[in-house]
Order: sequence, then C-alpha cells, then structure tokens
Amino acid sequence: MFSVSVHTKQEMHPIHIKKDSSQILINVITYILVTVFCVMCILPFWMIIASSFSTEEAIRRSGFTLWPTDFSTYSYELLFRSPDQMIGAYIVTILLAGVGTLVGLFLISMTGYALQRKDFPLRNGIMFYIYFTSLFSAGLVPFYLLMVQTLNLRDSYLAILLPLLMSPWLIVLMKNFVKAIPHEITESGKIDGAGDFRIFYQLILPNLKPALATIGLFLALSYWNEWYYSSLFLTSKVEYRPLQYHLYNVINKVASLKNSVAGSNVIITDLPGETLKMATAVVATGPIILLYPFVQKYFVAGLTVGAVKG
Amino acid sequence: MQKSIVNPRKPARRSAWRTLVQYRTLIFMCLPAIIFFFIFSYMPMPGAYIAFTNFQYNKGIFASPFVGLKNFQFLFISGQLGLLLRNTVLYNIAFIVLGNVVQLAFAILLNEVTNKIYKKSAQSIMFLPYFISDVLVSLLVYNLLNFDFGFVSHIVRSLGGEMPKVYQNAGAWPFIIVLVNLWKSTGYGTVVYFAAITGMDSSMMEAAQIDGANAWQRIKYITLPTLKPTVIILFLFAIGGILKGNFGLFYNLVGNNAMLFNTTDIIETYVYRSMMNSFNFSQSSAVGLFQSVVGFFIVLGANAFVKHLDPDYALF
Repeated sequence: MFSVSVHTKQEMHPIHIKKDSSQILINVITYILVTVFCVMCILPFWMIIASSFSTEEAIRRSGFTLWPTDFSTYSYELLFRSPDQMIGAYIVTILLAGVGTLVGLFLISMTGYALQRKDFPLRNGIMFYIYFTSLFSAGLVPFYLLMVQTLNLRDSYLAILLPLLMSPWLIVLMKNFVKAIPHEITESGKIDGAGDFRIFYQLILPNLKPALATIGLFLALSYWNEWYYSSLFLTSKVEYRPLQYHLYNVINKVASLKNSVAGSNVIITDLPGETLKMATAVVATGPIILLYPFVQKYFVAGLTVGAVKG
Repeated sequence: MQKSIVNPRKPARRSAWRTLVQYRTLIFMCLPAIIFFFIFSYMPMPGAYIAFTNFQYNKGIFASPFVGLKNFQFLFISGQLGLLLRNTVLYNIAFIVLGNVVQLAFAILLNEVTNKIYKKSAQSIMFLPYFISDVLVSLLVYNLLNFDFGFVSHIVRSLGGEMPKVYQNAGAWPFIIVLVNLWKSTGYGTVVYFAAITGMDSSMMEAAQIDGANAWQRIKYITLPTLKPTVIILFLFAIGGILKGNFGLFYNLVGNNAMLFNTTDIIETYVYRSMMNSFNFSQSSAVGLFQSVVGFFIVLGANAFVKHLDPDYALF
C-alpha cells in the first residue's frame, strides 16, 4: 500500500511541472502585476522615511523625493530635544494596548467558549443578543451622549479602553476557533469533576494559543491605531494622547505641531513643518511596521478561519 | 452526559429558574459580554429619540422639546440626505465591484505561481497597507498629492505639465478615494479569496491537467465556477452594508475641507461633523437613525437572499 502511493506520487509529479504556453503567459502577467502592486505598497512608506531625513529647504525646493536630497536628522533632533509628548503618547498607547488586549482576550475567549458549548441551552439567545448589536445601532449621537453625559467619561482614558474591548465579530471568530477543539476535552474535565470555569481555564485556554495570538493581535492593532474615540472624547485638557491621535493632531493642527517641540527653543517661523510631520509619523508607526513581518501570519490565520465560516 | 432537567409537566417558570441555576457558571462566563453590549449598544438605543427633538444639551435627551419628523423633513427637503445617500452608495458600489474584481484576479493569478517564497512574500507585502492607521494613510496621500511639494506634483511639473490643485478640486476625489481604498483593501481580500482557492478540492484540477487543459481553461472552467458561491455570498453581504461608510478613511483624507464635500461627504462624516463641529445633535442623529433603520432592512434582505441560495452561509 505504501509503495503504491509513493509510486503514483512520482508519476503525478512531472505533470505538475510541465508548463504549457498559457501557463507561462499567466506567470509573466502575475509576476509583473503583483510585483508592481507590491512596490506600490512599500513605496509610500519609504517616501515618508526619506522625507523625514531631508532638510525643509530641500522639500520646498524639489518636493518629497525617493531619496533625501540633503540628508539631515534635524527633525528627529527637534523631536528628541523635547520628547515629553512623544514619550507620554507611547506610554499611554502601550498601557491601553496592553491592558485592553489582555482583558479583552480573557473576556472574549470565556464568552466564546461558553457560547459554543452545545449543552448550554441559552447559547443561541445570548449569541443573538450579541450579534444584533452589529445589525442595528442607535447611531453616534446617542452613544456619544451616553459616554459623556451618563457615564461621564469625557477626558478619561476609559472612554478609549472600554469600547474597544469586545466586538461581535471577534466573539464569533473566537467561537469558530474553540469549535475546533475536541468536545472530549470538556467531557473528560466534567468526568473528573471540574467546574465549567475550571475546564475553560485549565483545559481549553492552553489549547487556544493560536486563537489567542490571532485575536490578541487584532485587539492590539485596534488599540495601537486608535484615534477615533480619542478624537471624540479626549479634549485638549488631556496632556498625553494616544500615538495615532497625537500624529493626527501634528498633521492637522499647526498649534499641535508647535506644541510637539515646545521648549526646544526653535523660532516658530523656522519650524521645519513638513519634515517634522514625517519624523513624527516614523516614530509613531515604526514599531508596528518592524513587528509586522513577525505577526502577519497570525492575521492571515484569523482571516482564513473567519472566511471559511463567518 | 445527558442533562434532562426540563420536565414538561412542571410550569415553565420553574424550569427556566432551574436552567439558570444549573448553568450558572456558563451564564456567569457570558455575563461580562452581556453587560458590555448592554451598556455600549443597548443603553444608547432609547436615545435615538433625540432625532425627534430639538435637542438642548443642558436639558438632556428626554426633556428636550419634541418636534416630530421636522429634522427628517429638513434633511429631505434641503437635499442634504439625498447627497449623503448618493455619495455613500456610489462609493460603496465602486469599492465592492472594483475591489472584488482586483482581489479575485490577484488571488487566482497568485495561485498559478509555483514559487512558494514569492507567493508568501507577495501576500505579506500586499497585506501591509491594511495594518496602518487611516491617519498615516492621509499623510501618505498628502505626500503624493500636495500641490507645492507632492511627489506626483513634482513629477507632473518636471514633465512640463500643469498640476491641478487637488485639495481644492472636488472632481478628483472620487478617483483618489477609490484608489486609496483599493490600495488598502486589496491585500486583505486577496488573502481571503486565496484561502478559498487553496481550500478547493485539488483532484478536479489534477484531472483537468492530465486531460490537457491549459491554464486559461482551468481558471475558466474550474477555479471560477468553484469560487462562484463564495463570491456571491461575500458580494451579498457587502451589499448588506451598502449604507455604511468607512469613516476613518474619508475623514482623514478629506477632514473639514468644505470645498470637497459635494463629492466626498458620506453619512458617517456628516454625522460626525454636525455633532462635533456644529453641535447640531438632532439633525446628526436623524441622519444616523435613518442609516441604521434602512441599513437594518437591507441587511435582512441580503441575508434572506443568502439563505435562499445556501442556508449554511446565512447569518441567522
């Protein structure tokens, strides 16, 4: 039996490799199109880095270019001469992302486990209760008034931390991941007399590592890229904003641009506005781009599970 | 383990109580989620009443004077709602059609490549734009299109051309926004379709190869027909969300640049601006409520359609 299967494999192999002319044409088209698109995906990032190392005069003279015309680290020197705002933004973002991801992961996986237990008679009802919120919402204004008037969360970091903790989509995704764990594990736990929570905590959670990595990354990314709730709920009274909202302000508000280097003794009219924006972007986004090659496979895994059955 | 606690002869209330007691641990495990969605999704719902009032901030929602449908009437008659609907729907149609065609094409082409390293790295690189915030996307676009020092402006000028002032030209933005959205979403969609292709039964493909089908024929007669259900279902769900706009993308690219609103203002950006900038809470929520209610029925319709085609894929 073994030798037969090896034999067929050897016979099948040459057919795969043999290429007809249309196959070659398709490959040529693919390599050209996909390579061009990939270059387009990377180029803008490269341009931001290149312009952040240019002098302001070079940009005024010849625009944003692919290579820094007059190499300069002045914008970074300015940023790091008074790094208060940037460091504050980093600390706020890391704390939000860390706490939010851990708490969110725990709650999502706990809910996901309970909702896929076939012996739990309330599971469909609760799932519908959760899912309905993605079908119908009251809209932005009532949500805003609830947060600001009822819960009194204006200028509080909780206004960013809390709404991003869970989403119906992430709970469904987690449910799909948990489904792949054999039901026998739950059964064996029950026979040994473990309670439901203990089964989840000691038997299921250790088996959920790929799911936790994927969903944890989705959560962490949503905290890292957060600027929306910040723009709704954090007024200028808040000293340290999350990174992307800090970047948003530096890009869009001249006053914030000046503040970002306040105390560095630069005459405001000499401020290298364009290069400073680019340098802020590099510092604010750098870590996620550097981490990207190592984490992207978990995103692909999540998409694949989500796509098979949403 | 058989759990038979429901005794049909006993009153229903008693058995409901027993269910609660017996499954208390599992219920407790769902409790944080139940409370979460209660606070952030269900508690705001009665607040939709604000759309029927002339809202006064210090009085709160329910003490503000009731004005009936006046807010809606104003939005209809002034043509504001029509404009927002037109922009939101047209952008979404462009996103859905162009996006799916490009994603599908890339996934199919990539599947024909035999070099595994190229396949993997291409997917990773294409996925990168999905990772970054819309704030950074707006900076990338600014970098390219800014009139004075943009990369594209500079190239156009050095070729002797006349660069239009893009940030003052409403007509250019539908193209820019569609292209940017394509740039951002192609990687994501390609990975989804690629997963669907890899999950296909490979025996048909091998049989076709043995029978001498060339690459075009294999794509035309095997890959595409196999993907058809996936495409149709993703398409229908996309239609279900046709009234929902990508706030982050539009708001970061356009912001408060009123010169561009005619072609770029969508429901989300209008709702946000009229609340945060003009403090017009009533009209803002009227638009939002209109979007929620109409959108809800569109989703129901799309889901019914999916259910009709393949009950397995229906949402509910």
